[in-house]
Amino acid sequence: MSVLVFVDHQNGKASKASLEAVGYAKKVADQLGTDLAAISYAGINADGGIGAYGANRLHVASNVSVPDSGQLAKAVEAAASAEGADVVIFSHDDLGKAVAPRVAVRLKAGLVTGVTSMPGDGLEVTKNVFSGKAKAMVSYKTDKKVISILPNAFGMMPNETTTEVKEFSPEVGSAGITVKEVNTTASDGEIPLPEADLVVSAGRGMKGPEHWGIIEDLAKELGAATACSRPVSDIGWRPHHEHVGQTGVAIRPTLYIAVGISGAIQHLAGVNGSKVIVVVNKDPEAPFFKAADYGIVGDAFEVVPKLTAALKSFKANH
Amino acid sequence: MKILVCISKAPDTTSKIAFKDNNTAFDENGVQFIVNPYDEWYALVRAIELKEAQGGSVTTITVGGADNDPIIRKALAIGADDAIRVDMDAKDAFQVANEIALQAKEGGYDLVLCGKETINNNGGVIGGMLAELMDAPYVPLATKLEVNGSTAEITRDIPGGEEVLNAELPLVISAAKGMAEQRIPNMRGIMAARSKALNVVAPSGTEANTEVKSYALPPAKGDCTFIDAENPEELIKKLHEEAKVI
Repeated sequence: MSVLVFVDHQNGKASKASLEAVGYAKKVADQLGTDLAAISYAGINADGGIGAYGANRLHVASNVSVPDSGQLAKAVEAAASAEGADVVIFSHDDLGKAVAPRVAVRLKAGLVTGVTSMPGDGLEVTKNVFSGKAKAMVSYKTDKKVISILPNAFGMMPNETTTEVKEFSPEVGSAGITVKEVNTTASDGEIPLPEADLVVSAGRGMKGPEHWGIIEDLAKELGAATACSRPVSDIGWRPHHEHVGQTGVAIRPTLYIAVGISGAIQHLAGVNGSKVIVVVNKDPEAPFFKAADYGIVGDAFEVVPKLTAALKSFKANH
Repeated sequence: MKILVCISKAPDTTSKIAFKDNNTAFDENGVQFIVNPYDEWYALVRAIELKEAQGGSVTTITVGGADNDPIIRKALAIGADDAIRVDMDAKDAFQVANEIALQAKEGGYDLVLCGKETINNNGGVIGGMLAELMDAPYVPLATKLEVNGSTAEITRDIPGGEEVLNAELPLVISAAKGMAEQRIPNMRGIMAARSKALNVVAPSGTEANTEVKSYALPPAKGDCTFIDAENPEELIKKLHEEAKVI
């Protein structure tokens, strides 16, 4: 009875969230004294890079080419059955959110999503609830268990091994969805927000989209992704996919720098998993300072360029 | 087109989060409950818009006790035609999904909509479980939804952009921001909601697959360290030496 982990891919490589899930799954397999199998679908190139994170085998459903949750759930079930896996692990990313619930139903397994802890002795896990304002410890009542981990909650856990890749064609029926078009506006080399370790975010305090240059300069110097608050994406200053907060993207970077964002509770719900929060705001009463680790009270148009310059000289000396 | 919208009760976003009974239950004392925002603002309103444009009906479904009736009446006031409440105190998402799936299959709905997650449990699994139980396609986190005859066109965000998908009805969708604009019920809607049908049905008796053992609040955040705006080098130093994030 192996542990099974689901792997998504982009451009032939396992996604960062999937690699994190493989590293987590390897630890669970060690904890249970077993080995680790993975399941992915057509388009992954060789092992997709998961060998570096401890997967012993990879099953590739070569007859599933679109990320259709119905087909993928059947493929995961077939792989779980072939491996005798009682524990199946997902990343709680966009595809995991579609596939994991279906797999749980098919396997008659309990499902906990957004998990933030390693499993305990009885495989009980902790997850965020109340939009990050509390945690819940949840136990399973089923023999089979599906664990879907919160992206960026564990970090990368390399574990070099060799992955044996096996293609198979499980019985999956026809796809329920077809992809009509994909439109990406991100330029090459831009860091996807949910995967970013460092994020520079700005809000209405920037007074207009033409002032974002200093934010982008700081982000570039830092190697960070850019993000924004809800009002800024609502009025069209920045694209929607940059909006972090309760209704936008929830992120958990190691460093979140918020410039000219007051810190409404809905915004905090999307960023309160960040390890370190820096707030720059000219209003010393801005509620965001209460959630911050470091604060600078000052005008963004003066502070941010100085910060970029200070970072530049720091990098020159390190 | 027959549309079913899953509606859940959630504490208002500004509620104080506290627990009782030795940290095993949410303390509802003084908490105001609302319709889960993703269910209301996006899923329900888009369902009503589709009905207004193409005809058909919008039914809401809620799994819970009579304490859910006020939020169900609000959904009816916004414009749903009728409501189903499965009368049970569900312990996990599987129980909820299973009860909704039974009603959805019996009612023969073309489209089942739910919010992307509740703001109290943050599970995001009801739509996927429902789709599997109904053997229907599922698209989570949809930001746009158009229906043309028996085909739906769904837009969703992907990192750095968006994708457009097609799927055949019947279909399950979870709704994210962008799908519709919030609607405030007017007095006529509120009056009309009083006489709309709220059908209370008995649960099927499915068992839960998971159980919350305890809740905990995160450790209190330390005080913010303020740095002089004239001296950002100090911030870089602290981020490097103290926080060790750069």
